[in-house]
Amino acid sequence: MSRVQIAFQDNDESRYIVAAIEQDNTTAVVHYEPAMIRVENEGSLIINRDTVSEQIGMEWDVQSLHINLITLTGHIDEDDDYFKIMWNN
Amino acid sequence: MSPKKLNLKDKYKLLTRDLDWEFSYEDRKEAFPYEEFEGIKITDWDKWEDPFRLTMESYWKYQAEKEKKLYAIYDAFAQNNGQTNVTDARYVNAIKLFLTGVSPGEHAAHLGFAFTGRQMGGIGARVAAQMQSIDELRHIQTQIHAMSHYNKFFDGFDEFNHMHDRLWYLSVPKSFFEDARTAGPFEFMIAIGFSFEYVLTNLLFVPFMSGAAYNGDMATVTFGFSAQSDEARHMTLGLEIIKFLLEQHEDNLPIVQKWLDKWLWRGYRLLTLVAMMMDYMLPQKVMSWQEAWELYFEDAAGALFKDLERYGIKMPDYTDTIKQEKEHLSHQAWWIFYQYTHAAAFHTWTPTAEEMDWLSEKYPDTFDKYYRPRWELAAEMEAKGERFYTTGLPQLCQTCQIPMAFTEMSDPTQVSYRESIYNDERFHFCSDPCKSIFDNEPEKYVNAWLPVHQILQGNCGGGGLDKVMEYYHLDDGVANLEFEGSPDAERWKEWKGVA
Repeated sequence: MSRVQIAFQDNDESRYIVAAIEQDNTTAVVHYEPAMIRVENEGSLIINRDTVSEQIGMEWDVQSLHINLITLTGHIDEDDDYFKIMWNN
Repeated sequence: MSPKKLNLKDKYKLLTRDLDWEFSYEDRKEAFPYEEFEGIKITDWDKWEDPFRLTMESYWKYQAEKEKKLYAIYDAFAQNNGQTNVTDARYVNAIKLFLTGVSPGEHAAHLGFAFTGRQMGGIGARVAAQMQSIDELRHIQTQIHAMSHYNKFFDGFDEFNHMHDRLWYLSVPKSFFEDARTAGPFEFMIAIGFSFEYVLTNLLFVPFMSGAAYNGDMATVTFGFSAQSDEARHMTLGLEIIKFLLEQHEDNLPIVQKWLDKWLWRGYRLLTLVAMMMDYMLPQKVMSWQEAWELYFEDAAGALFKDLERYGIKMPDYTDTIKQEKEHLSHQAWWIFYQYTHAAAFHTWTPTAEEMDWLSEKYPDTFDKYYRPRWELAAEMEAKGERFYTTGLPQLCQTCQIPMAFTEMSDPTQVSYRESIYNDERFHFCSDPCKSIFDNEPEKYVNAWLPVHQILQGNCGGGGLDKVMEYYHLDDGVANLEFEGSPDAERWKEWKGVA
């Protein structure tokens, strides 16, 4: 299986998104690099609206991901309540 | 009762797909005249699926928010005299190269996506290309705004647009984008949308920008990451276009493969500039070019190509050459600029002793063996007041337009030369892939505007180097030459209170 990755600007919103990713993707590896946070996982990675909302303490819109997103790899599956990236190999 | 809120998929369907209309009195083929001439076969545009499902309404909302954040940081940077807080004035030369070499490419991409968006018959692809076209315009604007602050304090920024069309090394990015923009809409999408955006831009906008942050340049890292957040969307457009073309018709496979082979190489050669920016121009290093290449190309693109195998797509043949070149690229590139910096709009320098140790550590198989002795000799000559500049003009590769200074990977001391005869005329290339790109479309590449040829023909101001410098709008002794002793270096010392 290939690794997918997603990177965010290192700031106070991303902190909670990353915490939610870690909660829902137990094998995810988080790298803190200058000004950015890069998260890798084998095969796929999911961001759930409910988990982020809970972490951040308010209702979180999945599409607001665009504000702090830097880059990602893999195919995307996006809906109202989740955002997922994956490879099919 | 409040009306039911649409879910994301329905909203995308209504606010994007529903924008299309039937052609009742005009011929659809005449409306999209370029859709078939490249040999691509589209059977059903409805199969196009934009994974981000971003409607124009949400697009404006999130882009506006990104802009507000970005400009607040520009203001703070300017108000705090951010230019004095970068690690070293040498660093600023990397962003001079960025503004002159990369930013105009954003503008070229803006024009290219506007054209392509107009020419693709499917509404999903058209809307995505339109967003990307607007994004690219935003990128060049935000980059000019960020650099305009540096322009008040450093040399080499002010004539970036004039220089882009004239300077020898800037013909490399300029010709890259012009090559893509003079192709048909689908080749443009594979060239810029897929090969460049998906496979290669991470190398430019992620590790280099992280490096900008590490060197105290908050303005650059912010526009970089803000741009790259658009790129995340562009990357998915690039991936979608390639999957879509391959799923539409099996006849598309050989055409797409040929474009991939061409454009991954063209893009890779262009990134030579980024390799040396990372290894030689960042005073505070984040990761080496080789490490970035392994993470963002070998790892990420490797996974991507494994996924595309099901369609019959193969990694290009030259992948092994690229793998070997990662240990040489930045060193060979910096040497080109070091010796020709008298005709460049930024300064160069020999790496310090500590920097050379870092390069030895990062490139254990190549730096000490091939490159350290050269830099030590250059430093020695400089100490004696004999700073080395090459006075001749280099031969350029007909395809990538980079001076012929890359070496054979089987013998890194031997410069690599290839040639082809076309219509009784001999053309020169830096590598096998650049030669085969030419051989596939010689009619196109014989028209290349090669700066050195143009200088020798008298089309760049005529006469000697002084006339060429005037033609470039390059102030001799100000924006060019060695960093030590330059007005930039002197101003920096003054700010820092160093004698």
